[in-house]
Amino acid sequence: MSKHVNMERRRQAIYGWLMLSPAALMLSVFAFYPSGATFFSSLFSRHTRRKPSEFTGLENYNDLFADPTFWLVVKNNLFYAAITVPVSIGIALAMALWANSKIPARGFVRTAYFTPTVLPMIAAANLWLFFYTPGLGVLDQIGALFGFASVNWLGQPETALWAIIFVTIWKEAGFFMIFYLAALQTIPEDYKEAADIEGTSRWTYTRRIVLPLLMPTTLFILVNAMINSVKLIDHLFILTKGGPSDASKLILYYIWEMAFAFFDAPHAAALTILVLSVLCIVAAIQFLYLDRRTHYQ
Amino acid sequence: MKRLSHYVESAAAILLAVIWISPLLFAFWAAFHSTSDAVNFNLMSSWTLDNFRVAWDGAPWLQYFLNTFLLVTIVLIGQFFFTTLAGFAFAKLEFPGKNFVFILVLMQLFILPEVLIVENYAMVSRLGLFDTLFGVGMPYMASAFGIFLMRQSFKSVPIELHEAARIEGCGLLGILWRVYVPLAKPTYLAYALVSVSTHWNNFLWPLIVTNSPETRPLTVGLSIFGAPENGVDISIISAATMMSVAPLLIAFLVFQRQFVQAFLRAGIK
Repeated sequence: MSKHVNMERRRQAIYGWLMLSPAALMLSVFAFYPSGATFFSSLFSRHTRRKPSEFTGLENYNDLFADPTFWLVVKNNLFYAAITVPVSIGIALAMALWANSKIPARGFVRTAYFTPTVLPMIAAANLWLFFYTPGLGVLDQIGALFGFASVNWLGQPETALWAIIFVTIWKEAGFFMIFYLAALQTIPEDYKEAADIEGTSRWTYTRRIVLPLLMPTTLFILVNAMINSVKLIDHLFILTKGGPSDASKLILYYIWEMAFAFFDAPHAAALTILVLSVLCIVAAIQFLYLDRRTHYQ
Repeated sequence: MKRLSHYVESAAAILLAVIWISPLLFAFWAAFHSTSDAVNFNLMSSWTLDNFRVAWDGAPWLQYFLNTFLLVTIVLIGQFFFTTLAGFAFAKLEFPGKNFVFILVLMQLFILPEVLIVENYAMVSRLGLFDTLFGVGMPYMASAFGIFLMRQSFKSVPIELHEAARIEGCGLLGILWRVYVPLAKPTYLAYALVSVSTHWNNFLWPLIVTNSPETRPLTVGLSIFGAPENGVDISIISAATMMSVAPLLIAFLVFQRQFVQAFLRAGIK
Protein backbone atom coordinates (compact mmCIF):
# COMPACT_ATOMS: atom_id res chain seq x y z
CA MET A 1 0.00 0.00 0.00
CA SER A 2 2.71 2.47 1.02
CA LYS A 3 4.56 1.53 -2.12
CA HIS A 4 1.51 2.48 -4.12
CA VAL A 5 1.25 5.83 -2.32
CA ASN A 6 4.91 6.46 -3.00
CA MET A 7 4.49 5.76 -6.68
CA GLU A 8 1.51 8.11 -6.88
CA ARG A 9 3.54 10.79 -5.16
CA ARG A 10 6.43 10.38 -7.56
CA ARG A 11 4.07 10.42 -10.52
CA GLN A 12 2.51 13.68 -9.34
CA ALA A 13 5.93 15.23 -8.80
CA ILE A 14 7.08 14.32 -12.29
CA TYR A 15 3.87 15.51 -13.94
CA GLY A 16 3.82 18.63 -11.79
CA TRP A 17 7.27 19.74 -12.79
CA LEU A 18 6.76 18.76 -16.42
CA MET A 19 3.62 20.87 -16.64
CA LEU A 20 5.21 23.73 -14.82
CA SER A 21 8.42 23.79 -16.81
CA PRO A 22 7.19 25.57 -19.97
CA ALA A 23 5.81 28.48 -17.96
CA ALA A 24 8.79 28.42 -15.58
CA LEU A 25 11.15 28.61 -18.53
CA MET A 26 9.28 31.57 -20.03
CA LEU A 27 9.11 33.39 -16.72
CA SER A 28 12.82 32.82 -16.18
CA VAL A 29 13.71 34.09 -19.63
CA PHE A 30 11.44 37.17 -19.57
CA ALA A 31 11.17 38.09 -15.89
CA PHE A 32 13.72 36.57 -13.53
CA TYR A 33 16.79 36.49 -15.70
CA PRO A 34 16.19 40.05 -17.00
CA SER A 35 15.75 41.27 -13.42
CA GLY A 36 19.10 39.77 -12.46
CA ALA A 37 20.74 40.95 -15.67
CA THR A 38 19.42 44.46 -15.08
CA PHE A 39 21.00 44.51 -11.66
CA PHE A 40 24.25 43.15 -13.07
CA SER A 41 24.46 45.68 -15.90
CA SER A 42 23.62 48.50 -13.51
CA LEU A 43 27.02 47.88 -11.90
CA PHE A 44 29.00 48.44 -15.08
CA SER A 45 29.94 51.59 -16.94
CA ARG A 46 28.61 52.39 -20.36
CA HIS A 47 30.23 50.68 -23.29
CA THR A 48 31.49 53.25 -25.79
CA ARG A 49 33.65 52.97 -28.85
CA ARG A 50 36.62 54.42 -27.06
CA LYS A 51 36.17 52.63 -23.76
CA PRO A 52 34.84 49.11 -23.10
CA SER A 53 32.45 48.79 -20.17
CA GLU A 54 34.02 48.08 -16.83
CA PHE A 55 32.87 47.28 -13.33
CA THR A 56 32.11 50.49 -11.47
CA GLY A 57 30.07 49.28 -8.51
CA LEU A 58 27.39 51.71 -7.45
CA GLU A 59 28.73 54.51 -9.64
CA ASN A 60 25.63 54.54 -11.87
CA TYR A 61 23.42 54.92 -8.83
CA ASN A 62 25.57 57.77 -7.57
CA ASP A 63 25.29 59.44 -10.97
CA LEU A 64 21.52 59.15 -10.78
CA PHE A 65 21.39 60.63 -7.29
CA ALA A 66 23.57 63.49 -8.45
CA ASP A 67 21.40 64.12 -11.49
CA PRO A 68 18.80 66.88 -10.93
CA THR A 69 16.62 65.45 -13.72
CA PHE A 70 16.40 62.19 -11.78
CA TRP A 71 15.04 63.99 -8.71
CA LEU A 72 12.66 66.04 -10.84
CA VAL A 73 11.34 62.88 -12.50
CA VAL A 74 10.93 61.14 -9.13
CA LYS A 75 9.12 64.18 -7.79
CA ASN A 76 6.89 64.28 -10.86
CA ASN A 77 6.05 60.62 -10.51
CA LEU A 78 5.29 60.92 -6.80
CA PHE A 79 3.02 63.86 -7.55
CA TYR A 80 1.44 61.90 -10.41
CA ALA A 81 0.74 59.01 -8.03
CA ALA A 82 -0.39 61.27 -5.17
CA ILE A 83 -3.08 62.80 -7.41
CA THR A 84 -4.13 60.00 -9.74
CA VAL A 85 -4.41 57.26 -7.09
CA PRO A 86 -6.84 58.90 -4.63
CA VAL A 87 -8.76 60.92 -7.22
CA SER A 88 -9.40 58.03 -9.57
CA ILE A 89 -10.41 55.81 -6.64
CA GLY A 90 -12.77 58.52 -5.36
CA ILE A 91 -14.33 59.08 -8.77
CA ALA A 92 -14.58 55.33 -9.31
CA LEU A 93 -16.46 54.98 -6.04
CA ALA A 94 -18.87 57.79 -6.91
CA MET A 95 -19.40 56.28 -10.35
CA ALA A 96 -20.13 52.86 -8.88
CA LEU A 97 -22.58 54.22 -6.30
CA TRP A 98 -24.39 56.15 -9.03
CA ALA A 99 -24.32 53.38 -11.58
CA ASN A 100 -25.75 51.07 -8.93
CA SER A 101 -28.58 53.37 -7.83
CA LYS A 102 -31.88 54.04 -9.52
CA ILE A 103 -31.08 56.95 -11.79
CA PRO A 104 -32.45 57.74 -15.24
CA ALA A 105 -30.38 56.64 -18.26
CA ARG A 106 -28.39 54.20 -16.15
CA GLY A 107 -27.31 52.14 -19.16
CA PHE A 108 -25.86 55.18 -20.89
CA VAL A 109 -24.15 56.33 -17.69
CA ARG A 110 -22.45 52.97 -17.14
CA THR A 111 -21.30 52.74 -20.74
CA ALA A 112 -19.97 56.30 -20.70
CA TYR A 113 -17.97 55.66 -17.53
CA PHE A 114 -16.46 52.43 -18.76
CA THR A 115 -15.72 53.28 -22.41
CA PRO A 116 -12.30 54.94 -21.88
CA THR A 117 -11.08 51.61 -20.48
CA VAL A 118 -11.29 49.86 -23.84
CA LEU A 119 -9.42 52.59 -25.73
CA PRO A 120 -5.64 52.42 -26.20
CA MET A 121 -3.78 55.06 -24.22
CA ILE A 122 -2.37 56.34 -27.51
CA ALA A 123 -5.84 56.87 -28.91
CA ALA A 124 -6.94 58.50 -25.67
CA ALA A 125 -4.02 60.89 -25.97
CA ASN A 126 -5.06 61.77 -29.52
CA LEU A 127 -8.60 62.51 -28.32
CA TRP A 128 -7.31 64.76 -25.58
CA LEU A 129 -4.96 66.55 -27.94
CA PHE A 130 -8.09 68.03 -29.47
CA PHE A 131 -9.03 69.37 -26.03
CA TYR A 132 -5.66 70.76 -25.09
CA THR A 133 -4.52 72.40 -28.34
CA PRO A 134 -4.06 76.11 -27.65
CA GLY A 135 -6.51 78.40 -29.47
CA LEU A 136 -8.38 75.75 -31.40
CA GLY A 137 -8.81 73.18 -28.62
CA VAL A 138 -12.12 72.55 -26.88
CA LEU A 139 -10.87 73.76 -23.49
CA ASP A 140 -9.73 77.07 -24.91
CA GLN A 141 -12.96 77.56 -26.81
CA ILE A 142 -14.99 76.94 -23.65
CA GLY A 143 -12.64 79.29 -21.81
CA ALA A 144 -13.12 81.95 -24.49
CA LEU A 145 -16.90 81.84 -23.93
CA PHE A 146 -16.23 82.98 -20.37
CA GLY A 147 -13.61 85.48 -21.45
CA PHE A 148 -10.49 83.58 -20.38
CA ALA A 149 -7.30 83.94 -22.34
CA SER A 150 -5.93 81.03 -24.36
CA VAL A 151 -3.81 78.59 -22.34
CA ASN A 152 -1.11 76.35 -23.75
CA TRP A 153 -2.00 73.44 -21.43
CA LEU A 154 0.68 71.08 -22.72
CA GLY A 155 3.32 73.68 -23.43
CA GLN A 156 3.90 75.27 -20.05
CA PRO A 157 5.54 73.61 -17.05
CA GLU A 158 2.79 74.57 -14.59
CA THR A 159 0.01 72.74 -16.42
CA ALA A 160 1.67 69.99 -18.48
CA LEU A 161 1.77 67.40 -15.71
CA TRP A 162 -1.82 68.22 -14.74
CA ALA A 163 -2.91 67.63 -18.31
CA ILE A 164 -1.23 64.21 -18.20
CA ILE A 165 -2.79 63.43 -14.82
CA PHE A 166 -6.24 64.27 -16.07
CA VAL A 167 -6.00 61.84 -18.98
CA THR A 168 -4.83 59.07 -16.64
CA ILE A 169 -7.75 59.61 -14.27
CA TRP A 170 -10.14 59.68 -17.19
CA LYS A 171 -8.70 56.41 -18.47
CA GLU A 172 -8.64 54.37 -15.26
CA ALA A 173 -11.59 55.55 -13.13
CA GLY A 174 -14.11 53.57 -15.17
CA PHE A 175 -11.98 50.46 -14.87
CA PHE A 176 -11.87 50.73 -11.08
CA MET A 177 -15.61 51.44 -11.00
CA ILE A 178 -16.24 47.91 -12.26
CA PHE A 179 -14.63 46.39 -9.17
CA TYR A 180 -16.69 48.58 -6.88
CA LEU A 181 -19.84 47.72 -8.82
CA ALA A 182 -19.16 44.03 -8.35
CA ALA A 183 -18.53 44.49 -4.63
CA LEU A 184 -21.68 46.60 -4.24
CA GLN A 185 -23.76 43.84 -5.73
CA THR A 186 -22.61 41.40 -3.04
CA ILE A 187 -23.97 43.60 -0.24
CA PRO A 188 -27.28 42.05 0.90
CA GLU A 189 -30.47 44.09 0.44
CA ASP A 190 -31.40 43.45 4.11
CA TYR A 191 -28.82 45.94 5.32
CA LYS A 192 -30.46 48.69 3.35
CA GLU A 193 -33.89 47.71 4.61
CA ALA A 194 -32.71 47.55 8.21
CA ALA A 195 -31.13 50.97 7.83
CA ASP A 196 -34.36 52.35 6.35
CA ILE A 197 -36.43 50.98 9.24
CA GLU A 198 -34.02 52.61 11.69
CA GLY A 199 -34.53 55.84 9.79
CA THR A 200 -30.84 56.10 8.93
CA SER A 201 -30.01 58.69 6.31
CA ARG A 202 -28.51 57.50 3.04
CA TRP A 203 -25.29 59.31 3.77
CA THR A 204 -24.87 57.55 7.12
CA TYR A 205 -25.75 54.21 5.56
CA THR A 206 -23.13 54.73 2.86
CA ARG A 207 -20.49 55.88 5.29
CA ARG A 208 -21.08 53.37 8.09
CA ILE A 209 -22.17 50.25 6.19
CA VAL A 210 -21.19 50.44 2.52
CA LEU A 211 -17.71 51.92 2.75
CA PRO A 212 -16.42 49.48 5.40
CA LEU A 213 -17.78 46.57 3.37
CA LEU A 214 -15.95 47.93 0.31
CA MET A 215 -12.62 48.08 2.16
CA PRO A 216 -11.05 44.91 0.66
CA THR A 217 -11.99 46.14 -2.83
CA THR A 218 -10.51 49.54 -2.10
CA LEU A 219 -7.22 47.96 -1.06
CA PHE A 220 -7.15 45.83 -4.17
CA ILE A 221 -7.81 48.87 -6.35
CA LEU A 222 -5.23 50.85 -4.42
CA VAL A 223 -2.48 48.38 -5.28
CA ASN A 224 -3.56 48.40 -8.93
CA ALA A 225 -3.67 52.18 -9.03
CA MET A 226 -0.20 52.38 -7.54
CA ILE A 227 1.17 49.98 -10.15
CA ASN A 228 -0.60 52.02 -12.84
CA SER A 229 1.12 55.16 -11.66
CA VAL A 230 4.36 53.53 -12.75
CA LYS A 231 2.98 51.86 -15.85
CA LEU A 232 0.64 54.35 -17.52
CA ILE A 233 2.93 56.62 -19.51
CA ASP A 234 1.95 55.94 -23.13
CA HIS A 235 0.15 59.28 -23.46
CA LEU A 236 3.40 61.14 -22.74
CA PHE A 237 4.63 60.06 -26.16
CA ILE A 238 1.77 61.93 -27.83
CA LEU A 239 0.99 64.80 -25.52
CA THR A 240 4.20 66.21 -24.05
CA LYS A 241 7.17 63.87 -24.57
CA GLY A 242 8.02 64.64 -20.95
CA GLY A 243 8.36 68.34 -21.59
CA PRO A 244 8.43 71.27 -21.39
CA SER A 245 11.83 71.16 -19.69
CA ASP A 246 11.05 67.76 -18.09
CA ALA A 247 8.05 69.16 -16.22
CA SER A 248 5.85 66.20 -17.12
CA LYS A 249 8.49 63.46 -17.38
CA LEU A 250 7.72 60.24 -15.49
CA ILE A 251 10.09 57.49 -14.41
CA LEU A 252 9.22 54.81 -16.95
CA TYR A 253 9.39 57.36 -19.76
CA TYR A 254 12.78 58.46 -18.46
CA ILE A 255 13.98 54.83 -18.48
CA TRP A 256 12.81 54.48 -22.05
CA GLU A 257 14.48 57.74 -23.05
CA MET A 258 17.79 56.84 -21.42
CA ALA A 259 17.89 53.39 -22.94
CA PHE A 260 16.46 53.96 -26.39
CA ALA A 261 16.98 57.62 -27.16
CA PHE A 262 20.30 58.28 -25.40
CA PHE A 263 21.55 54.66 -25.57
CA ASP A 264 22.68 54.75 -21.97
CA ALA A 265 21.65 51.27 -20.84
CA PRO A 266 23.63 51.14 -17.54
CA HIS A 267 21.92 54.18 -16.06
CA ALA A 268 18.55 52.98 -17.34
CA ALA A 269 19.30 49.66 -15.62
CA ALA A 270 20.11 51.38 -12.34
CA LEU A 271 16.85 53.32 -12.51
CA THR A 272 14.97 50.10 -13.37
CA ILE A 273 16.40 48.45 -10.26
CA LEU A 274 15.21 51.34 -8.13
CA VAL A 275 11.70 51.03 -9.57
CA LEU A 276 11.71 47.26 -9.06
CA SER A 277 12.70 47.72 -5.42
CA VAL A 278 9.77 50.05 -4.87
CA LEU A 279 7.43 47.59 -6.60
CA CYS A 280 8.77 44.79 -4.38
CA ILE A 281 8.00 46.87 -1.30
CA VAL A 282 4.46 47.39 -2.59
CA ALA A 283 4.23 43.64 -3.17
CA ALA A 284 5.50 42.87 0.32
CA ILE A 285 2.96 45.23 1.86
CA GLN A 286 0.23 43.61 -0.16
CA PHE A 287 1.17 40.10 0.89
CA LEU A 288 1.86 40.89 4.52
CA TYR A 289 -0.91 43.28 5.42
CA LEU A 290 -3.74 43.02 3.01
CA ASP A 291 -6.48 40.51 3.34
CA ARG A 292 -5.14 37.53 1.46
CA ARG A 293 -8.34 35.64 1.41
CA THR A 294 -10.19 38.27 -0.55
CA HIS A 295 -8.14 37.95 -3.69
CA TYR A 296 -5.57 35.23 -3.34
CA GLN A 297 -7.47 32.32 -1.89
CA MET B 1 -35.94 66.93 0.41
CA LYS B 2 -35.20 63.34 -0.47
CA ARG B 3 -36.65 63.85 -3.93
CA LEU B 4 -34.48 66.92 -4.40
CA SER B 5 -31.25 65.16 -3.48
CA HIS B 6 -32.23 62.35 -5.84
CA TYR B 7 -32.58 64.83 -8.69
CA VAL B 8 -29.29 66.52 -7.84
CA GLU B 9 -27.47 63.21 -7.75
CA SER B 10 -28.99 62.00 -11.00
CA ALA B 11 -28.00 65.25 -12.65
CA ALA B 12 -24.44 64.93 -11.31
CA ALA B 13 -24.18 61.33 -12.48
CA ILE B 14 -25.36 62.21 -15.97
CA LEU B 15 -23.17 65.30 -16.15
CA LEU B 16 -20.13 63.19 -15.26
CA ALA B 17 -21.12 60.64 -17.90
CA VAL B 18 -21.37 63.40 -20.52
CA ILE B 19 -17.96 64.76 -19.54
CA TRP B 20 -16.49 61.25 -19.63
CA ILE B 21 -17.79 60.45 -23.09
CA SER B 22 -17.18 63.89 -24.59
CA PRO B 23 -13.58 63.40 -25.81
CA LEU B 24 -14.79 60.47 -27.85
CA LEU B 25 -17.79 62.40 -29.18
CA PHE B 26 -15.66 65.38 -30.16
CA ALA B 27 -13.21 63.13 -31.99
CA PHE B 28 -16.15 61.47 -33.73
CA TRP B 29 -17.47 64.87 -34.73
CA ALA B 30 -14.08 66.05 -35.93
CA ALA B 31 -13.45 62.89 -37.91
CA PHE B 32 -16.50 63.54 -40.08
CA HIS B 33 -15.97 67.26 -40.67
CA SER B 34 -13.42 69.44 -42.39
CA THR B 35 -10.86 70.86 -39.97
CA SER B 36 -12.26 74.38 -39.99
CA ASP B 37 -15.84 73.19 -39.45
CA ALA B 38 -14.63 70.88 -36.68
CA VAL B 39 -12.82 73.50 -34.63
CA ASN B 40 -15.55 76.11 -35.12
CA PHE B 41 -18.27 73.63 -34.05
CA ASN B 42 -20.34 74.66 -36.99
CA LEU B 43 -23.36 72.45 -36.35
CA MET B 44 -24.88 73.16 -39.77
CA SER B 45 -21.78 72.09 -41.67
CA SER B 46 -21.93 69.06 -43.90
CA TRP B 47 -20.54 65.66 -42.99
CA THR B 48 -17.68 64.24 -44.99
CA LEU B 49 -15.62 61.08 -45.33
CA ASP B 50 -12.59 62.91 -46.74
CA ASN B 51 -10.63 62.69 -43.50
CA PHE B 52 -10.91 58.92 -43.54
CA ARG B 53 -9.79 58.82 -47.14
CA VAL B 54 -6.72 60.95 -46.42
CA ALA B 55 -5.90 59.06 -43.22
CA TRP B 56 -6.31 55.70 -44.90
CA ASP B 57 -3.89 56.67 -47.67
CA GLY B 58 -1.39 58.06 -45.18
CA ALA B 59 -0.26 54.78 -43.64
CA PRO B 60 -0.44 51.00 -44.28
CA TRP B 61 -3.42 50.58 -41.96
CA LEU B 62 -4.49 47.25 -43.35
CA GLN B 63 -1.06 45.88 -42.53
CA TYR B 64 -1.25 47.41 -39.03
CA PHE B 65 -4.66 45.88 -38.42
CA LEU B 66 -3.39 42.52 -39.58
CA ASN B 67 -0.31 42.81 -37.35
CA THR B 68 -2.38 43.67 -34.30
CA PHE B 69 -4.81 40.88 -35.07
CA LEU B 70 -2.00 38.33 -35.45
CA LEU B 71 -0.26 39.66 -32.35
CA VAL B 72 -3.27 39.28 -30.06
CA THR B 73 -3.91 35.82 -31.51
CA ILE B 74 -0.33 34.66 -30.93
CA VAL B 75 -0.31 36.05 -27.40
CA LEU B 76 -3.65 34.45 -26.58
CA ILE B 77 -2.70 31.00 -27.88
CA GLY B 78 0.60 31.14 -26.02
CA GLN B 79 -1.09 32.28 -22.84
CA PHE B 80 -3.69 29.51 -23.01
CA PHE B 81 -0.97 26.90 -23.44
CA PHE B 82 1.38 28.05 -20.68
CA THR B 83 -1.19 29.10 -18.11
CA THR B 84 -3.35 25.98 -18.52
CA LEU B 85 -0.47 23.61 -17.80
CA ALA B 86 0.99 25.66 -14.97
CA GLY B 87 -2.39 26.51 -13.47
CA PHE B 88 -3.34 22.84 -13.41
CA ALA B 89 -0.06 21.83 -11.77
CA PHE B 90 -0.56 24.45 -9.06
CA ALA B 91 -4.22 23.62 -8.51
CA LYS B 92 -4.34 19.84 -8.55
CA LEU B 93 -0.90 18.29 -8.15
CA GLU B 94 1.26 17.92 -5.07
CA PHE B 95 4.99 18.08 -5.53
CA PRO B 96 7.99 19.35 -3.59
CA GLY B 97 8.89 22.97 -4.23
CA LYS B 98 5.37 23.87 -5.38
CA ASN B 99 4.74 26.61 -2.85
CA PHE B 100 8.11 28.18 -3.37
CA VAL B 101 7.60 28.34 -7.13
CA PHE B 102 4.10 29.71 -6.63
CA ILE B 103 5.49 32.60 -4.62
CA LEU B 104 7.98 33.27 -7.42
CA VAL B 105 5.09 33.38 -9.87
CA LEU B 106 3.16 35.78 -7.65
CA MET B 107 6.22 38.01 -7.52
CA GLN B 108 6.09 38.32 -11.26
CA LEU B 109 2.77 40.13 -10.82
CA PHE B 110 4.88 43.03 -9.63
CA ILE B 111 7.88 42.67 -11.93
CA LEU B 112 6.08 44.40 -14.75
CA PRO B 113 7.24 43.52 -18.26
CA GLU B 114 6.97 47.26 -18.93
CA VAL B 115 9.71 48.02 -16.44
CA LEU B 116 12.13 45.40 -17.76
CA ILE B 117 12.19 46.88 -21.26
CA VAL B 118 15.97 47.27 -21.38
CA GLU B 119 16.93 43.67 -20.66
CA ASN B 120 13.91 42.17 -22.38
CA TYR B 121 14.94 44.06 -25.48
CA ALA B 122 18.42 42.55 -25.18
CA MET B 123 16.91 39.10 -24.67
CA VAL B 124 14.57 39.35 -27.64
CA SER B 125 17.44 40.53 -29.84
CA ARG B 126 19.63 37.67 -28.61
CA LEU B 127 16.90 35.18 -29.52
CA GLY B 128 16.77 36.69 -33.00
CA LEU B 129 13.18 37.84 -32.44
CA PHE B 130 13.72 41.58 -32.82
CA ASP B 131 11.13 43.12 -35.12
CA THR B 132 8.97 39.99 -35.17
CA LEU B 133 5.47 39.51 -33.80
CA PHE B 134 6.80 36.65 -31.66
CA GLY B 135 9.27 39.06 -30.11
CA VAL B 136 6.41 41.40 -29.23
CA GLY B 137 4.24 38.63 -27.81
CA MET B 138 6.66 36.28 -26.01
CA PRO B 139 7.28 38.22 -22.77
CA TYR B 140 3.53 38.18 -22.04
CA MET B 141 2.82 34.52 -22.70
CA ALA B 142 3.59 32.95 -19.32
CA SER B 143 1.50 35.56 -17.56
CA ALA B 144 1.52 35.17 -13.77
CA PHE B 145 -1.93 36.69 -13.74
CA GLY B 146 -3.19 34.03 -16.15
CA ILE B 147 -1.58 31.20 -14.19
CA PHE B 148 -3.25 32.51 -11.08
CA LEU B 149 -6.62 32.79 -12.82
CA MET B 150 -6.44 29.24 -14.19
CA ARG B 151 -5.39 27.85 -10.84
CA GLN B 152 -8.45 29.42 -9.22
CA SER B 153 -10.71 28.07 -11.89
CA PHE B 154 -9.30 24.51 -11.80
CA LYS B 155 -9.42 24.43 -8.02
CA SER B 156 -13.18 24.75 -8.06
CA VAL B 157 -13.65 21.60 -10.17
CA PRO B 158 -14.97 18.79 -7.92
CA ILE B 159 -12.49 15.99 -7.36
CA GLU B 160 -15.22 13.38 -8.12
CA LEU B 161 -15.10 14.29 -11.80
CA HIS B 162 -11.34 13.86 -11.77
CA GLU B 163 -11.64 10.44 -10.08
CA ALA B 164 -14.39 9.31 -12.42
CA ALA B 165 -12.32 10.16 -15.49
CA ARG B 166 -9.36 8.32 -14.01
CA ILE B 167 -11.37 5.18 -13.36
CA GLU B 168 -12.45 5.34 -16.99
CA GLY B 169 -8.76 5.00 -17.81
CA CYS B 170 -8.01 8.58 -18.71
CA GLY B 171 -4.43 9.81 -18.29
CA LEU B 172 -3.59 13.01 -16.49
CA LEU B 173 -3.30 15.09 -19.66
CA GLY B 174 -6.51 13.50 -20.93
CA ILE B 175 -8.29 14.47 -17.72
CA LEU B 176 -7.00 18.02 -18.05
CA TRP B 177 -8.13 18.24 -21.67
CA ARG B 178 -11.51 16.48 -21.33
CA VAL B 179 -12.63 17.48 -17.84
CA TYR B 180 -10.93 20.64 -16.65
CA VAL B 181 -10.57 22.68 -19.83
CA PRO B 182 -14.26 22.38 -20.85
CA LEU B 183 -15.40 23.27 -17.33
CA ALA B 184 -13.19 26.37 -17.28
CA LYS B 185 -14.69 27.79 -20.48
CA PRO B 186 -16.10 30.93 -18.83
CA THR B 187 -12.69 31.67 -17.33
CA TYR B 188 -11.02 31.21 -20.69
CA LEU B 189 -13.53 33.57 -22.27
CA ALA B 190 -13.00 36.18 -19.58
CA TYR B 191 -9.25 35.87 -19.82
CA ALA B 192 -9.40 36.09 -23.61
CA LEU B 193 -11.36 39.34 -23.52
CA VAL B 194 -9.00 40.93 -21.02
CA SER B 195 -5.93 39.69 -22.86
CA VAL B 196 -7.15 40.80 -26.29
CA SER B 197 -8.07 44.29 -25.12
CA THR B 198 -4.78 44.65 -23.20
CA HIS B 199 -2.61 43.65 -26.13
CA TRP B 200 -4.69 45.44 -28.72
CA ASN B 201 -3.94 48.59 -26.72
CA ASN B 202 -0.35 47.89 -25.67
CA PHE B 203 2.16 50.46 -26.87
CA LEU B 204 5.54 50.86 -25.15
CA TRP B 205 6.92 47.37 -25.64
CA PRO B 206 5.80 47.04 -29.29
CA LEU B 207 7.29 50.48 -29.92
CA ILE B 208 10.64 49.18 -28.73
CA VAL B 209 10.77 45.80 -30.46
CA THR B 210 9.24 46.67 -33.82
CA ASN B 211 11.01 48.61 -36.47
CA SER B 212 9.13 48.13 -39.72
CA PRO B 213 5.59 48.49 -41.07
CA GLU B 214 5.50 44.70 -41.53
CA THR B 215 5.41 44.07 -37.77
CA ARG B 216 4.22 47.34 -36.27
CA PRO B 217 0.87 47.08 -34.45
CA LEU B 218 -1.89 49.67 -34.72
CA THR B 219 -1.00 51.64 -31.61
CA VAL B 220 2.57 52.22 -32.77
CA GLY B 221 1.39 52.97 -36.30
CA LEU B 222 -1.12 55.48 -34.95
CA SER B 223 1.49 57.23 -32.82
CA ILE B 224 3.81 57.60 -35.82
CA PHE B 225 0.98 58.77 -38.04
CA GLY B 226 -0.12 61.38 -35.49
CA ALA B 227 3.37 62.63 -34.63
CA PRO B 228 3.48 66.44 -34.82
CA GLU B 229 6.53 66.21 -37.12
CA ASN B 230 4.21 64.79 -39.76
CA GLY B 231 2.03 67.90 -39.55
CA VAL B 232 -1.27 66.06 -39.74
CA ASP B 233 -4.29 68.12 -38.76
CA ILE B 234 -6.77 67.38 -36.03
CA SER B 235 -9.60 66.07 -38.23
CA ILE B 236 -7.35 63.57 -39.91
CA ILE B 237 -5.82 62.41 -36.62
CA SER B 238 -9.34 62.01 -35.28
CA ALA B 239 -10.33 59.95 -38.30
CA ALA B 240 -7.26 57.71 -37.89
CA THR B 241 -7.96 57.37 -34.17
CA MET B 242 -11.60 56.46 -34.73
CA MET B 243 -10.53 53.95 -37.33
CA SER B 244 -8.09 52.19 -35.06
CA VAL B 245 -10.35 52.05 -32.02
CA ALA B 246 -13.45 51.09 -34.00
CA PRO B 247 -13.12 47.26 -33.93
CA LEU B 248 -12.62 47.03 -30.18
CA LEU B 249 -15.09 49.81 -29.43
CA ILE B 250 -17.86 48.28 -31.54
CA ALA B 251 -17.16 44.86 -30.04
CA PHE B 252 -17.40 46.44 -26.60
CA LEU B 253 -20.69 48.17 -27.31
CA VAL B 254 -22.22 45.01 -28.73
CA PHE B 255 -20.95 42.62 -26.05
CA GLN B 256 -20.99 45.14 -23.21
CA ARG B 257 -22.36 42.81 -20.61
CA GLN B 258 -19.87 40.02 -21.34
CA PHE B 259 -17.03 42.51 -21.45
CA VAL B 260 -17.77 43.97 -18.05
CA GLN B 261 -18.26 40.55 -16.53
CA ALA B 262 -15.01 39.39 -18.06
CA PHE B 263 -13.11 42.23 -16.46
CA LEU B 264 -14.80 41.49 -13.17
CA ARG B 265 -14.02 37.82 -13.19
CA ALA B 266 -10.43 38.48 -14.16
CA GLY B 267 -9.91 41.12 -11.54
CA ILE B 268 -11.73 39.88 -8.50
CA LYS B 269 -11.08 36.16 -8.37
